[in-house]
Order: sequence, then structure tokens, then C-alpha cells
Amino acid sequence: MADDKDVLRDVWFGRIPTCFTLHQDEITEREAEPFYLLLPRVSYLTLVTDKVKKHFLKVMKPEDVEEMWFEYEGTPLKWHYPIGVLFDLHASNTALPWSVTVHFKNFPERDLLHCPSNSVIEAHFMSSIKEADALKHKGQVINDMQKKDHKQLWMGLQNDKFDQFWAMNRKLMEYPMEEGGFRYIPFRIYQTTSDRPFIQKLFRSVSSEGQPHTLGDLLKEMFPAAICQDDEPKRYQVLIHGIEPMLETPIQWLSEHLSHPDNFLHVSIIPSPSD
Amino acid sequence: MPSSLLWAVDVYGRVYSLSTAGQQWEQCRDAHLEFKRVTAVQQCCWGIACDHNIYLNVHASDLRIRFQEETYENQRWNPVDGFSDRLLPSDRWQWSDITGLKHQPLDSFRLPSENWEWEADWHVDENFGGEPTEKGGWTYAIDFPATYTKDKKWNSCVRRRRWIRYRRYKSCDTWAKIPSEQTCSLPDPFNDISCGGWDITEEPRGRLSLWAVSLQGKVWFRDGIHHLNPEGSAWEEVSTPGEVVQISCGPADLVWAVLWEGQLLVREGIGRDNPKGNSWLVVESPSPEVGAIHVAVGSNVVWAVTKDHKIWFRRGVNSHNPRGSGWIGMVGEMVMINVGLNDQVWAISREDRAVYFRQGVTASELSGKAWKAVSVPRDSDRSHSSASTSSLHSAGCFFGGEVRLQSQNSVLSDVDSDTERVSAGAPPAPEPADVPKPRIPKVTSDSFISELVSDREGQIGRREVPPVAPGSSIPEEEQTEGEAEDKGEQVAGLSSSRSGGLDPQWSNVDLQEEQAQPAAPPAADAADTCSLSSVATYNLEEPYGADEHPLWAWVSGGGCAIDSHSQLNWFNSTGLNSSVPSMSLSITPAQTAAWRRQIFEQLNERSKREMENFKHYEQAVEQSVWVKKGTMQWWRDWKPHKWVDVQFALEQFSGPEGNKDGILFIYYTFNDEKKYLHVFLNEVTILVPVLNDFKHTFAIYTAERTKQRWPIRLAAATELEMHDWLALLSVSCCDSRGIQGPPSKQAIWSITCKGDIFVSEPTPSLEASPYPTPCDQMFWRQVGGHLRIIECNSLGVVWGIGYDHTAWVYTGGYGGGFFQGLASSTDNIYTQTDVKSVYIYENQRWNPVTGYTNRGLPTDRYMWSDASGLQECTKANTKPPSPNWTWVSDWAIDYGVPGGTDREGWQYAADFPASYHGHKTLKDFVRRRRWARKCKLTTTGPWQEVPPISLSDITILPCGPKSTVEQVPLWAISNKGDVLCRLGVTSLTPAGSSWLHVGTDQPFKSISIGGVHQVWAIARDGSAFYRGSVSAQNPAGDCWYHIPSPARQKLKQVSVGRTSVYVVDENGNLWYRQGVTPSYPQGSSWEHISNNVRKVSVGPLDQVWIIADKVQGSHSLSCGTVCRRLGVQPVEPKGQSWDYGIGGGWDHVTVRANAMEAPRISMPSLTDNANNRTAPRSPAPVRNQPEMNGNALGS
Repeated sequence: MADDKDVLRDVWFGRIPTCFTLHQDEITEREAEPFYLLLPRVSYLTLVTDKVKKHFLKVMKPEDVEEMWFEYEGTPLKWHYPIGVLFDLHASNTALPWSVTVHFKNFPERDLLHCPSNSVIEAHFMSSIKEADALKHKGQVINDMQKKDHKQLWMGLQNDKFDQFWAMNRKLMEYPMEEGGFRYIPFRIYQTTSDRPFIQKLFRSVSSEGQPHTLGDLLKEMFPAAICQDDEPKRYQVLIHGIEPMLETPIQWLSEHLSHPDNFLHVSIIPSPSD
Repeated sequence: MPSSLLWAVDVYGRVYSLSTAGQQWEQCRDAHLEFKRVTAVQQCCWGIACDHNIYLNVHASDLRIRFQEETYENQRWNPVDGFSDRLLPSDRWQWSDITGLKHQPLDSFRLPSENWEWEADWHVDENFGGEPTEKGGWTYAIDFPATYTKDKKWNSCVRRRRWIRYRRYKSCDTWAKIPSEQTCSLPDPFNDISCGGWDITEEPRGRLSLWAVSLQGKVWFRDGIHHLNPEGSAWEEVSTPGEVVQISCGPADLVWAVLWEGQLLVREGIGRDNPKGNSWLVVESPSPEVGAIHVAVGSNVVWAVTKDHKIWFRRGVNSHNPRGSGWIGMVGEMVMINVGLNDQVWAISREDRAVYFRQGVTASELSGKAWKAVSVPRDSDRSHSSASTSSLHSAGCFFGGEVRLQSQNSVLSDVDSDTERVSAGAPPAPEPADVPKPRIPKVTSDSFISELVSDREGQIGRREVPPVAPGSSIPEEEQTEGEAEDKGEQVAGLSSSRSGGLDPQWSNVDLQEEQAQPAAPPAADAADTCSLSSVATYNLEEPYGADEHPLWAWVSGGGCAIDSHSQLNWFNSTGLNSSVPSMSLSITPAQTAAWRRQIFEQLNERSKREMENFKHYEQAVEQSVWVKKGTMQWWRDWKPHKWVDVQFALEQFSGPEGNKDGILFIYYTFNDEKKYLHVFLNEVTILVPVLNDFKHTFAIYTAERTKQRWPIRLAAATELEMHDWLALLSVSCCDSRGIQGPPSKQAIWSITCKGDIFVSEPTPSLEASPYPTPCDQMFWRQVGGHLRIIECNSLGVVWGIGYDHTAWVYTGGYGGGFFQGLASSTDNIYTQTDVKSVYIYENQRWNPVTGYTNRGLPTDRYMWSDASGLQECTKANTKPPSPNWTWVSDWAIDYGVPGGTDREGWQYAADFPASYHGHKTLKDFVRRRRWARKCKLTTTGPWQEVPPISLSDITILPCGPKSTVEQVPLWAISNKGDVLCRLGVTSLTPAGSSWLHVGTDQPFKSISIGGVHQVWAIARDGSAFYRGSVSAQNPAGDCWYHIPSPARQKLKQVSVGRTSVYVVDENGNLWYRQGVTPSYPQGSSWEHISNNVRKVSVGPLDQVWIIADKVQGSHSLSCGTVCRRLGVQPVEPKGQSWDYGIGGGWDHVTVRANAMEAPRISMPSLTDNANNRTAPRSPAPVRNQPEMNGNALGS
């Protein structure tokens, strides 16, 4: 039988083939070729697109270059969401590779956060981990770690070092046996149909009766419309890392195995393809 | 850890047990009578029933209790009749014991009690000193008494033979009455009982001490209880300085008792030769005003309860000072207290009569931390259909004068079963109208205690007991009669019907006293009288189901194997919903299968969809080199060897194929010059932890270093650091070889002398001929756990045996131990414990003036040393083998030394070092004795215990990779020497279901089953046996054939492959059995193959692997080396030479799972030939394609 460890590997090594094309309005000295890249699903756009930037800068004048940002079919892509979430939310069920448009000007201030350097990503990533641990262990685990341990988590993500990352991250995934799970499950539910950025509430891993909560329980409470009745056609797809886990899946297991490196379980709810 | 039982008696005298694995109290269904008290040990439970008799409940085991009776038939030769039973008048009896002094004809043997039965008839023992006599068992001598030989000589005038017969204890899992004494006067009724003493010595006999207290305050000791005689033989009175009310006997040498007057008694002088002890010592009650009423002892603790229900813990108790030093008052109010295994403490609280467990009791903190109530429901669906039958007296009979005549009732039922039916509202039981209730019976021990107290009143005038008892029993009766009107009411109603008072629910005698005089503290005298009646009187009419929480009277944890680490489900019962789903993310594969499988499948699909067609895309993040550095010490390769400080670095990078690889650098300074040593990770063959008490070291081997017998030895600063490095290096080595996940079913397992477990993946070329992969190139990785023996077969069934003889079955996981996180599987790693003894020797020399003293000659060894005498080992400076081990006992003399000892454990010899014997002769000038101390390891690994029988050897049928064996034959030897056959073992249920005992006339020590169910075994006396007619249909076979050993050799171990049979003798010789054919599987003779062999393992392809001693490498000599026989062919099963693999320090290897044949390559003519020749010789279907476990190999 396959081991749960394999899930962690599959999640970590998930890649989205992406085609970056320069926006037509950008001024170039000669025509810019598209750039193809395998993006790690669990990483952040601005963290893994140095090569993209280098590629397009070759055909551009320095004075035409402002902060780089990305857009997919008119939607600016938020770098502070994991790449996999952006893809699931906006581009699942489309043909691969994912076609992302690159901009170097007209930064959409209202939609995106600036990302001047990797330290901003690191700060965002670490604050997510801390927030998650506050939910899971009242922050005790992350606070007990040393500075270098924090660094190891970040370096693991930045350099795509699975072993390095998980050697530390497994401590964040522990919980007291008798409690049966984390205090609260760190999760975020994203949807395209609403203006709210995402849903995030307190949700326990185990019900007051001691029953393990499932994905279905979570959705029932947070997004009941996602649970289709037997007789009606499926209206929504619930995607985590591009897959649709069964509603019976224990939420604690999902949190341990399908969370992103920021320790949040990112759930994308999108309308079912009408085909 | 296997489940074990906590025993308790409720206030109605009903006996319940609670399993450590369970979540409810199970009523002991067999108990047709009420019990006063029980005292449990792991193998049985003793109880005093209300009929005054003592009952014994021996837990059933697959291994029956069998006792071998023997007698000798003696004959003398005369010229007329030849050998005949006409003996000379001066001769011994014709039928006698071994000495000839006692007349014992066959029909003089009687079963000791009705709890025994004969197994078969008398038969002649054909075995004589390990050799078959083949002459009807006769052995010959010149005259009685003399030395007997198996051969008849010209001067043999007498002969004798041994007859044996087995009797079996049959009353298991039932309360069997211990027959009362016929001879001496019966002790008056017993009032208290306590069992223990199994840890006094390490004797294999399984001796127990049972102490009892009679109502008159006398103390009795039950003599002769051991595992072959569970009932014991006789009661012996032990005089006491006063009248005892209660006694407690610990697992080791602690026995304490409570006197009627409230002081405590400590038994002194208890030891191996004297389990009864010598004398009593008086210890005052913890509290000067209030006497003690109850005491409980463990291995190293004493707890006491005083009459005001306060609890006390005794400081400073150990085997040297059984008396301890002082009392410490503890929190809580209890009526009784009990100390179980591992000094865990149980108690019954005064307030709610619940059973409490003392949390946090550890060896270092024996007093624990807090009380926690055991709150689990009782089994409510009690069927009482069986309540009728037995001839045992029911409780009603004992109280019969008051109640009714049971015998008139055709349906002999306990009183409470009737009431239960009524209360449950169920249709009335047969003849409900016949259930006479003329008076409300009081069926609790304290009602009879009060009776007995009144008895004492009458009979024994001298005791200064105030006439409380009769007075107290009268109001009780009134009360109960009054309550009869409330028939059917529940506890609440019952209690409300009582007048307020302190605790109205408790019609306890002393409480009534207190109610009578609420202001006054309980007068000492009054309390004395009532102190026994710690049991409340209850009205039996009270509906059973009504009492929400059970009211307990007595608890015994002597059989309950838990410690502070144990996970128990006893404490958080959620009311009615008794089956709390254990919140586990991997409850059972069945429950989780659907969603988990879906996730696995979808992730696979996702990877295909999103990555398969885009592999040529560039990766966003380039892989880079990852370096981990540290400082360590390194055992320098050149002389003088010493530890030098080095920098240590592991560089990891992605290889060209995407696989990871790495290089290990060791930077050192030599003559002020910086130098380094490096090792490619893909060349590392094994990482061996070498923990000892002063350094945290590990060894790194490569094939080259194995040839040299000189590994790279490194020492980390701390144990944690060493484990971090080992785990990292191990993962990196596996990565570089593309190995992950659990070992395959074909894996070769081995064990070091430290109990560490290693596994290696065989490749087809390992058994290739003529050029196999040298076995020093095999890569071994460690698996968590600690074992002494491991055996397996190619269906993935793997069993192990720990140093403490516990049997373990492999769960299919990997990692555990210091492997954490990714190097370990998640859901099949369990806690594993092991216990072993550390030995040191006390050496003395005789001198004419003072006799033996610890003053040796200047040239002598240390007076306290290791076995070799080279290293000084005192009691104080000897540490456990590594920091992972903790002491669990004190130093004790070891009497079980080969060669025997005298009564004080000494062995004598002419001089050091020499061979020692167990008795002093005139020529002996030195002596030594061995001291043992037990230590315990707690670790984790992919192993689950197979309770309860302890094993010493095990074997599993070797089979071809694709053979379909429904039931996998698995044989074992118990640590007492019984031969066992495991039933229900399949590749899906490797643990099997139960043991089948295969009878033998003597204890065995080694066993092996071969390709076509040939079972060979070695008895403890060194003789070999072949088991006839074993087949899939007849898994236990039918009889043993005695195979003569090689001349003058005592055999030690056997291993049987497809057809080859190999044995190792006690002198390290390896022998091959010649002439084994399908029609004559016993073979004809032994052929010597090699010496210096410690152990042999023959595989399913008849591969021969051994653990060899004295293997010379280019740098060093090694002992305990894994070696493989080269040139083993179907036509040449003995092979030609040895190929040396990993070692030294190895203790065990098994290749019995490796059915992976060599690939058919190269030299077609030769291979074809070989295959042609193989065909007729291979009974087991063997296929070429190896079967791999999922992701065992390949990256």
C-alpha cells in the first residue's frame, strides 16, 4: 500500500507547466519569445520567476521596466497566494500549459501587493506559518523553534528542498495523541464568485462528540452550496492541489498531508465545468 | 504491549476484569459465587470466595500446563531368565524413583487434584543423554547404583529404563477450588490473600508466593506453587507477633502485613532459598493516633492506608532495606490500595468507591503525581444462561440459613441474576414466582464479616473487642428489610430513603458508628472492629442496571502490565456512548480505504496530466548542493589509534538521472596539515550505531572497509546529534541507491549483538553462479526495534524474538527508533520494549589464613570484573549498555550459570581463568560468582507483540516467490522448551491466531522447517529430532524420530532449506546432513563442513549463510561475521568456500525469504545444464521473476 509519505512528496513536487508571454502593450526592442517553465505548485509566483524576468529583460529597455506582475485572462494574479491555488482557482479545466501574461508596468495597485524582494515573501510565508501554528498549537511549536529552524523552513521552500523543509515541518504537524488532532484546522477557502478574498474561520479537527471532522463537515459549515444533493447536478468543484478529495476525508488528515508549506489547507471552490 | 487484566470485586462480591485494551469491565462469568477478595498475577488470579474456600483461576494458554511423572523399571540379569524383574533382596524396588530409594510402581501415581487429567498412558523414554537407545529404552550397568550406558556389555548385570507419563492441568479460565488440607488442621477461614514473589529469583520454574491471613489473624504461606504446579502443595503457618488483618506480597522480596492493633509488620530474610523469609519487624503506623488498616507493596514501594482513610507512601524502601525510612502523607482518601506491576498503584476511594489509578508512577518517581478515576462501563449484556449447572456452591448457600435452599430450585441461579431479570423488565425467567424472598439476603462479605466478628466475640473472649459487631448487624437487617418495600427503586431512591449522614449511600459499619457519634473521631477500638468491613452492605434487590457507577470493594493490579507510558482508554468514557471511536487517522485500512485511495489515484492522475507531457520544460528552481556540517571525533586509522576532533560534512546533490547522491567529508589535521577523507554515499554499505556508555559512536562501512574489518568510526557529542546524523546519512544512502519504503518480501535480515536490526535487498546476481555479487557489497539499512532472533519467508511473514523472549511480528513498516519523519512509515510503527541482563563477576582467591577473600594475588584479575576478567566492573561503575537502557532491577546473584553453582552462587576453579564447576573441591583455589542486573529498553519499530508465550526459537516455511501457501507453517520453541506450531498464519495475517502444542519428552532449543515441510529440531540435551508426516493437511505432524548427533557433539542449532539440512554444534562445527531423499528425509549421516560457525541459515534455494567467528581482515580480526557459502549448486549443495560479508559483531542472519534465483545470463551451456539439473530437485516452485513489494526498489 502506498504510504502517506508519498502524498507529501506528490504535493511538494506538484508542477504546473506554464507559458509566460509578454503583454502586447509592453515596449520591446525585438519580439519577445514566450518562456516555458515548470512552476512548483506550493511556491509563490514572484519567488520562482527570476528566470522569466531575466528572459524578458533581454528584449526590453531598462527604463520601460517597472515591477513585474502577472495576469491570467484579465485577472491579476496575487503572488501571495500559492501558485497551485491561483491555477486551481482561475485556470483548472483549461488546456495546459497555463498561459500567463507578464506585465512590467501599470501595476494594479488595487489588486496586488507589491513584492520588492524575496524578504517580503519570506515575511509573508513565515507569518502564515505562525498564524497556522497559533491555530494548531497556540503557537507553541513555532515559538519553541530557533531562528535557524525558521530559516530552514524558508530555505527549504525557496530551494525546493523537500527533505530540508520536512525535517522541520514535521514538528509543526505533531499533535497530542489524546486530543486526536490540531486545536483548530488552519484552512482558507477561495472562490471566484465572490468578492471576499477567502473564508477563514475557527474550525476544530474533532467534533464535540469526539468524532473526527471531515471535509464535508467543513464545507457544510463554511460553504454549504458546495455540497451537492443527490438529485441535483454538481454545481461546484472543491479542489485541493488540483484534486477533489472525497467529502468523507478527515479534515485532520488533509491538514497534515495536503496543506501548503505555509501550513494552511488552501481549498479552491470553482463552478463545475458545464461542458 | 499485549493486553492484560485489572481485577476488581464490587460490593456485591462480583468479580470483574478490565483489559488494558478494553473499555469496559467484564464480569467474570464463571464466578457462580461471590468473592471477598482477589489477588492477581499475570498468569492467574487467586480469590477468597464467600464459602471460605480459596479459588484459583489460571488463565488459559495455548501452552497447557503439563507435568511429567517418571518412574524407573529395574531389572537384574540371571543365568536362567536373562534380564528379569527378579531382583536380589538387597536390590532396589523393581519400580523406583531415579535414586532407587523410593518404591513407585506405575499405579501408585495419582492425580494431585480434580483439576488435573492424564494426557496419555505410561510409555518408555527411548532417549538417553541425547542419543536414542533403540533397545526399548534400557540402559545397562554393572550394578545398582552405577553409571549406566546405552550399550549392553559383557559385564552388564543390571539394567533399567525410564517410564514417563504426563498429566495436564485442566481447570483453566475457571475458578477452581483449591483442595483443602486433609492432614493437618484446617486453618480457620481466610480473610485476606496476596500473591507475588515471581521476581525473587530468575528461576525458570515460575515460582509464586501466596500469603494468606485467617480470620483469627494467623498468617499462612502456600508452599510449592510454580508453573507446573499452579495450585501449590500445602499451607504452612508463619508465626506472627500479633494478629494480622491484612497482608501484601510484592513481586520481589517485599512482604508487609497489618496488625489488628494498627502497626505494620515487615518480613525479613526473603530470598531465593527462603521465599518465606525469617522474621518480622514491626513498623509503627504512619499516624501516631490512627492505626493502619491496609498495606500494599510492590517491588520498591510500600503504600498504606490508615483507619481515617488517609494514604501514606513509604520512603526509602528497597530490597536491602525492606523496612524503608519514613512515611509521607499523600492526597486522597481511600479504603484500600493495591500495587501492581511496575509499581503502579490502584486504589478505591472512600467517597465514591470508584477505582482510581495513580498517574505518573515511574521508576524515578514512585509516588506518582495524581489520582485518576477509572471510568468505564461494565458489560451490561450479561447472559446468565449458564448460571445453573456447576456443583460449586452458590453464594446463597453460604448464607443459606437465611436465604433459601438452592437445591430446591431446579434453575440454580445467583440471586443477582434473578434480580437482574426483574429489573431489566424482561419477561420473567422460568418460575419467577418460585424465587422465594422470605428475607432480604445480604450477600456481601461484610455481612459475613460482621457475623464472623460476632463469632469471634463468642469464641475468643480474650480479645478486647468492644461488642460492636452484633449491634451493628442488627440495624443493618432492619434497614434492609425496610428497603425491601422500595423494591425496584434505584440507587438514588435508596439513598434518599436513608437518613442524611455523612454518606448515606454507605451503610458501612464504621460509617454508622460515625453517624452515631458524629462529633467524636472514630474511636480506635471501634474502628478496629470494623476495619475489616471495608465493604458496604447492599440490598440485593437493588436493580443492577440502576447504579450508574459501580461500587468497588477490592482491586488487584498484580496482573495488569502497564507503566507510565501506556495508552489506556479507561479514563475518558463518555457516559452512555461507551464506544468512543478512537480518533485515529488510520483506524483500519478498510475504513479509510475509499477516500485515501481516491487521493492517491487523483494525485497520480494530476501528475500525469500536469507533468507528463511537459518534462522538457525547465524547472523554476534549480537543484543545488546542500551541505550539512558538524564536528565529531574520529577513531584515527593509523597507530596510535585515538579519538581526534574532525570536521564532518555531508554534501548532497542531484545526480545526472535526477537521483540524489552525496559525498561525506571528514576533515582532520595531521602534522599541522589539513587533510580530509571522503566517502561516496553510494559506496557506503552500512551505518552501524555503536552506542556505549561513554561515547556516542557509529561505524561507516564500505565494501573496502569490510574487507579490512576496519570501519570509519565516528563519535558525536551527544546521543541526539548522533541519531540526527545517522538518520540523515541513512536516508541519504538510501536515496543514492534509490531505496525507499519498506523492505521487500525477499529481504535478508540480520541482527547485531546489540540487538540492532538490519535489512538488505537481495539482487538476482547475489546468488548468481559462478560469479555472484560479493556479499561485502550488500547494502544494509537499519530498521527500528530491538531483537535477538529474526526469521522470515518470501511471503513477507517476518517474526522476531526479543532478548526477553517476547515474540514480535513485522507490521510491514520501516523506520522507527531514531528514524523519524520521512525515514519512517507512519501507521505501523509501535512501541517496543526489551529487557536483558548485564552480568558482572565477583572473583575471590583462597588463602590459608582467611579462606576465600576478595584479596587476590597481584597478578590476578580484578575482584569485580567482566566475564573475561580483563575489565574491572564493579556494581557501582557498571552502567547499562547504552543510554537507551535503564536499570529495572537491582544486582542479584545469578544461579543459572553454565556449570552450576553452590547455594551462594559460587563457582570454583583451580585458578583464573579456568573452567568452573558448581562445588568446591580440594584443588580449587579461586571462585567466582555472577551477578545480574536487568535493564530495559524502550524504542519504536515496525513490530507488534505476539503475546503471551515467550519464545526462544522460531522458523517459517521457506517458499518460492509465487507459491501459494494458504496457511504458512510457522514453528517455534517456547522459552521453556515446548515445541509449538502456529495456526492461522497467512501473508495477510502474519501474526496468526493461536498456538498448537506439539508434545515432546524433553525441552527443545532449536527448530527449522524446510521446503517440503521437513521439520528438524534440536533438544536441549543436544540431540536432533525429525518430525514425521508434517504436511499442509497435517501441520503438526505425528511423531518425532531421534537422529543421532555427530560423534561426541552436542548440537545447538538447525536450519533446513529446500532440501539441505545443516546443524551447528556447541563447539562451533557446521555439519551437513548426507543422504536426505524424498523417500528417506531423515538422511543417513553428518558431514563436517566448517568450524568457527556460530549460526547457520539455509535459504529456500538451499543457500547457506552463517555467522562466523574469527574472520581475518587485512586490518583486524572480526567475530560474528555474516558469511555466505559460495558454489552451492543443486548438484553441489555443500558448496566450496566462504564469502565474507558484514561484521563483526553480528549475531543472527536469515536468508530464508530470498527465493530470488540468479538470472539466466552468461555461459548458456552451463546455466542450461544447471537448470536441467535443478528441475527434479526443486520441490518448491521457484520462479525467476522476483516479486517486489510496491516501491521497495527503484527510484
